[in-house]
Order: sequence, then C-alpha cells, then structure tokens
Amino acid sequence: MNTADNVVEMRSISKGFNGVSVLKDVGFDVRKGEVHALAGGNGAGKSTLMKILQGVYQTDAGEIRIGGKPAAINSIQDAKAAGIGMVFQEFSLVPSLTVAQNIFLGVEPLGRGGLIDDRAAVKRAREVFSEMEVHVDPRAEVSRLGTAYWQLTEIAKALAQNAQVLIMDEPTASLARHESEALFELIDRLKGRGISIIYISHRMDEVYRLADRITILRDGRHLLTKPLTDVTPEQIVEGIVGKKIEGELSYRARDRESYDRSPLLEVRGLNAGHRVRDVSFALRPGEILGLAGLMGSGRTELARALFGIDKLDSGEVLLRGKKVKLASPQQAIDAGIALIPEDRRAQGLVLEHSVQENLLLPLLGQIQRGPLLDGAKGKALSSLLIKRFAVKVAHPHRPVRLLSGGNQQKVVIAKWLGTDPDILILDEPTAGVDIGTKSEILDMIRELASAGKAVIVISSEYPELLAVSDRVLVLKDGSIIRDIPLREIADEEYLQLAVQGV
Amino acid sequence: MSKANTIMPGDTAASRNFGSMLKELDWRRYVIYIGFVVVFLFFAILLRDQGFLSPNNLLNIFRQTATITVIAVGMTYVIACAEIDLSVGSVAGLSSVCSAMALSHWGLVPGILAGLAVGLVVGSLNGALVSLLGIPSFLVTLGMLGIAVGVAQWITASAPQPILNDTFNLVFGSGNFGPVPGLVVWSAIFVAIGAVVLNRTKFGRQVLATGGNRNAAEFTGINTKRIKFQVLLISGTVASVAGMLYAGRLQSGRFQWGSGDELSAIAAVILGGPSLFGGFGSIIGTLFGALLIGLINNGLILAGLDSSQQQVVRGAIIILAVALARKK
Repeated sequence: MNTADNVVEMRSISKGFNGVSVLKDVGFDVRKGEVHALAGGNGAGKSTLMKILQGVYQTDAGEIRIGGKPAAINSIQDAKAAGIGMVFQEFSLVPSLTVAQNIFLGVEPLGRGGLIDDRAAVKRAREVFSEMEVHVDPRAEVSRLGTAYWQLTEIAKALAQNAQVLIMDEPTASLARHESEALFELIDRLKGRGISIIYISHRMDEVYRLADRITILRDGRHLLTKPLTDVTPEQIVEGIVGKKIEGELSYRARDRESYDRSPLLEVRGLNAGHRVRDVSFALRPGEILGLAGLMGSGRTELARALFGIDKLDSGEVLLRGKKVKLASPQQAIDAGIALIPEDRRAQGLVLEHSVQENLLLPLLGQIQRGPLLDGAKGKALSSLLIKRFAVKVAHPHRPVRLLSGGNQQKVVIAKWLGTDPDILILDEPTAGVDIGTKSEILDMIRELASAGKAVIVISSEYPELLAVSDRVLVLKDGSIIRDIPLREIADEEYLQLAVQGV
Repeated sequence: MSKANTIMPGDTAASRNFGSMLKELDWRRYVIYIGFVVVFLFFAILLRDQGFLSPNNLLNIFRQTATITVIAVGMTYVIACAEIDLSVGSVAGLSSVCSAMALSHWGLVPGILAGLAVGLVVGSLNGALVSLLGIPSFLVTLGMLGIAVGVAQWITASAPQPILNDTFNLVFGSGNFGPVPGLVVWSAIFVAIGAVVLNRTKFGRQVLATGGNRNAAEFTGINTKRIKFQVLLISGTVASVAGMLYAGRLQSGRFQWGSGDELSAIAAVILGGPSLFGGFGSIIGTLFGALLIGLINNGLILAGLDSSQQQVVRGAIIILAVALARKK
C-alpha cells in the first residue's frame, strides 16, 4: 500500500482507562478522497479511536501521522489545525445563534477595530454552502431549523475550518429517508473534492452505498480492513458480532391461536394535534403491530397520544372493551400501557443517575413499605431486572451515562417491563445500538408477545419491522393509509412503496 | 480528559479499577466533610486561646447556624429539582412579623398559624406561577422576594413587633431542652425529616428525577408540574418556620429578619451537594454546608476580624470549597 496517499494514518494505537485496555495495537488509515467505514459492536473501541483522532483523548502508545508526517494531537485545537473535523452525533451547535454565527464560533472574521464582522461571516458561510451545493440561509437562527439543516451546518462548520477529514458518527440516525439521500449525495460531492470521510454506521445499506473500504474493530483490536467489493454483508455482521447470526432479521412464526381473539386495545377515530388524524385500529393480545411511515408521518405522535403525553382532541381508546381516559402518562401506566420513547437519552433516562435509580423510577410504588422505600427490596428488584435483560453493568450504582448505547436501551426497556404492562409501545427501539444487542431486543419483543402482551413497534428500519411484526400499519400525514398483514408483504421494497404511498 | 487524570498506574484488576472509581466519587461527594474538618482543625489550633473549643462557643455555632440550616433543608429540595427559591429570606421576615402581630392580637395558636400561612401562601404562589405558567423560578421568586419584604415593611410601618408571649419565645428559639438549645433541636428535626424524605420516599426520588431529566421523568409518569409546585411550597413553608425561629429567638418580628438568608442557604446547599443544575441533593451535605459557613463566621469573629474583612474571607472560602468539590 502506498502510504503517501494516506491523509490520516494511525499506527499501533493503544489506550486504556483505569487500567482497562480499550484499544490494543490498532491501525487505521484514511486515503485522500475516500469514504472509510468504521464498524464494530458496542465497546469495540470505535468511539475511543475517533476521540483520539479528535484530540479528546491522548493515545498511550502508537503514532498518528497526518499527511505523511507525524503529528502530535493533544487537544481538540490540534486536531482542528490538522484538518480533522467532526460531525457530532449529538449536535454541538448553539441553538440561539444563527447558522453563520455557529459556523464561525470562536473563529469569527474580524472587521475594522477588531469587532466581529457578521456580514463577512454570512458571506463566507454562503460560499461554503454553495460549494456544498446545498441551500441553507446563514442568517437563520439554528433553533428554527430542522435536524437535517443542523447537520449541514455542522458539516459547513468543519469545512469552513478547512477540514480535510470529516468524522461522521451515525449521521442518518435522526434523518428522514429523503434527507439521508441528500446527505449521501453531499458525501459523494465532498469525496469528489478530495475530502476524506470516516463513516461510522450500523446500517449496512449505507455502508455499501457510500464507503470505499471498511475497517472492523472487535474488542479493541483491529479485525480487518477491506474494500467493500471484497466483503459480503454477512462477513461484516459476523466480524462485528463475532459469531454467525442466522435469521436474526427474519420473521419467526409464533403460536398466536391460544390467545383471546377479542382486542386488548381498540382505538377509534383518534385525533391529536396536527399529526394524528382519525386513527382507528385494534390490537389483540399476543400480537405485534408494526407502525411504518416517514419522519413526520405521525408515528411518534400517535404513540405519545396513546401514552397520555399529548392531549387527545377527539376519539376514544378502549382497553378490553372498556373506555379509558388517557390524560397523563400516569393514567396510561395505570391502564397497563408502557412507552419506550424514541430518544433514550432525552426521554428515557436520567443520565447522571445510577442504573438502579433509573430502573426503579417507575417501580417506586412496588418497593414502598409504609411511607418509606425499602432499600433491600429495591436492590433485589433492580438486580433481577439487570439479570433478566442481560444488561452489562460494572456496578448498578454507577451512572447510566457510562453505559454503551445498547445497554442504555436495555435499561429503558427493563425499566418499563418491570411495571408488567399489557401493552408495550416501542418507538425506534434499536436506534443506534449494535447488531448483537439489536437481535437481543427483537427476541425480547417476540418473547413478550408470546407471553400474551400486545406490542406496537415503531421503526424506520424496514427489515426490523418485517422481522417482528405480524401486521404493519402504514401512516402518512397522520392517517393510516394501509393495514397490511405480514403475509401480504412480499419484501422490503413492497413496504417501502407502501410507505411512500405509491 | 477527566478520565485520563484518574488512571492509576499499575491498576489492572477490575476490582482495583472499581476501587479507584469509588475514590473519584468519594472525593467529590465528601469534599464538604473534609473541608469542614480542615477548617475546624485550623480554627481549633489557631484560636485555641480565644475559646474556640469551649462547649459554649461550639453550641453557639450550632445556634447561629440553626435558621440557615432549616431554610437550606427546604432549599435542597428546590435545587435538587433544578429550580431556585430566592424569596426564602423575605418570607422568613414576613412570617416573623405576621406571627408577632397575630400573637399580640389573638394569642399563641393564631400566631403560629399566621406565620405558617405566610409560607403556605407565598410557597403556593411561587409554585403555581412556576408550574402552571412556566415562568422560571428565578424570576418568580426574585419578584416575590421584593413583594414579601415590602409587605412586611408596609404592614408594620417598618417598626419592630415585640413578642411578649413567653411560651412562643421558649418554643421558637429562646428555650433549651436540657443542655441543648431549642434551635438545635429544631434544625435536627428538619434535617432528619428532610434527609429521610429525600432519600427514602417516592416523593424524594421523584424530585431528584424531575431535576435530573424532566423529560424522562414526565415519560415515566411523574407529574413534574406537581413536583415543582410541591418543592416550592415546601421551601416557602420551611422558610416561614425559620422566620418564627428568628421571632422567638429575638423576641420580636421584624421585616429585616432573614434578609440575605437566601444566599447563605443556597451556598450551604451548593457546598453540600454536587450540582446546582438539579438531579442531586444531600440534606446531610447541606447541614455541613451550613455548619461550615457558621464555623467560618464564628472563627473570623473570634480572630478579631471586622465585618468587612469577614465578608471577604467568607466569600473566598466558599468559592474555594465549591471549586474543590467540582474538580474531578
């Protein structure tokens, strides 16, 4: 391999925290104008490796070369100066400032008298956007823009500082499908201009669509680096998980005859806000109902309405044939409904609190003795949940923030299943979790349905929906446009067309 | 970066690793106790000839700290819930004058009820404005600070209201339980109840969850508006009791009683707990925070510093302690 082409070269990188080795002798390189996918399960060391490249962490051993020359990256400033830019998964913009102000935050162009020249900033931001061939108004306040624009602003921010290498961590996680497609086209253009991209993603189709080469890390070691033309999806999955998973994303028939055929949940003519319009459906015990639809089709809003977070404008909800009032989450919980919200960090967890405290939060009523909480009971209950859902925790008293994404998601699920709900609504339950945990979560969903619960799964990933759902409802503009039993769905493409409303 | 600093050379076993993590936690959580001991020893050595260690002086420290401790217990709930209550000092003042006036007109029980009513009314108003209208508590209670002190000054025409009811004075602050000053008993009761409720009840957990991540708490079925209302109600009511403690100890109600206590109480809470941004709270930490402030005040007086010098040194010590607690 000709090393002169490498914009970034990381050699024999090792890193440990508190004596625990996280990266062992890892090599990684990026060529000019290349999209290099970086994959690996939770705890494989991807984010640590990238944080070393960004100057957040310093490597214990090994060498980083930028443009063929050894580079000392000891701080985020060093990394920026070396041309490394990061598009953050959790966006790092100041919402109250304008797009241009964000792009030049800290490096504002100065005019006469040393004052900030906002006009010059806007002009230069416009130039950056026109080079990117996207339309964003640099004077718009960031908080008024959608997520896709936030991301474009992040990318522009990196490019404005002459980044030669962009690190993108799950960039499509919060984008709708057409927005993702626009991002892919942008990535192609950036590549054409000689910018290299390190692309971290769990989504196989994206990796194949974009990347030239892939590097897989497993347990802190470098496993392989190959052109994507030389590697099959099965090989990648196997590399990440470390074992062959067969049929993990295929539907498995369950015995559903033994359950009551009368509906557990019935929704009639539900209207809530702008995004839920005249929705009616029924759900039987033991059934898994998939909710498909584009971003903004009203999937999440329907879930919120059923969980009593958003107010119902009209319509009724029946549980076991009896009308129920769902005006607050507490009423929904009392009625036996649980919602696993789409954003686990913002809505599912108190990140700074311990795993145990998070698990027990909806269960406080169960561990009360008189007016006081019973510490021993709480401890027993939380360790039971941790064991039952195979959450990997060093200690239940450590903050949940320290867990990997997949384990955090397990905590959210465990927390809710502790309430023993009859109806479980999961909104994007596998977003941002690795493939191993994903198949565990899907298995969990199947098990729950087999145990007689009714489950609603909202997902943007069609293979996942097809793997668990018995029936798929397609939402568009807040209304149900299709109600399709699984056997009528020939393949993913059929479902995609249904979602597009074709 | 914070992690990099805590690497223990030679640590390999997972258990050792957990131990070093505990060390990191302990340092932040217990810095108030360490600080307390250090300052105590410092004064004990430096001021040994000025009678710092005499039982009477030590009891004095407790006595002088009692009202701040009581107010700070309520404030711990407010701050744990990611809110703030700036009105507590003036609520104490208003409560002292209302209590004193009702005492002289109608007697003991109406006097106590009038004092409590001040806290209940102001606390409910604060709570309702914050939770129903969504106005930041900083603004609501800043306004209420002015209103309460203004009302207290207005209805008394700025005149002190003497309290001649001996029972009231004895119970609220002037009396002793055996060798223990009544004020110390009062603060012990508030600290004990406050600590148990915060750590061992459903309500306490819900306060912490609401402060830690309001959204997640909401999604967990916690009525976060109600929780915010309740913490402000608690804080107001507790402050009104503190006002009566002032009234009983000083045998009069005055609008100036409690003036500026909100800042001491906030300082005590912050000294004792790891976050101003909610989600955490430790009543015992708050107690030691208040005692540390009392200790410093007392030591500086014994050392012969005048009040202007005391203020400078006290401010510097508080900043230093908080800075140490924050350093990871």
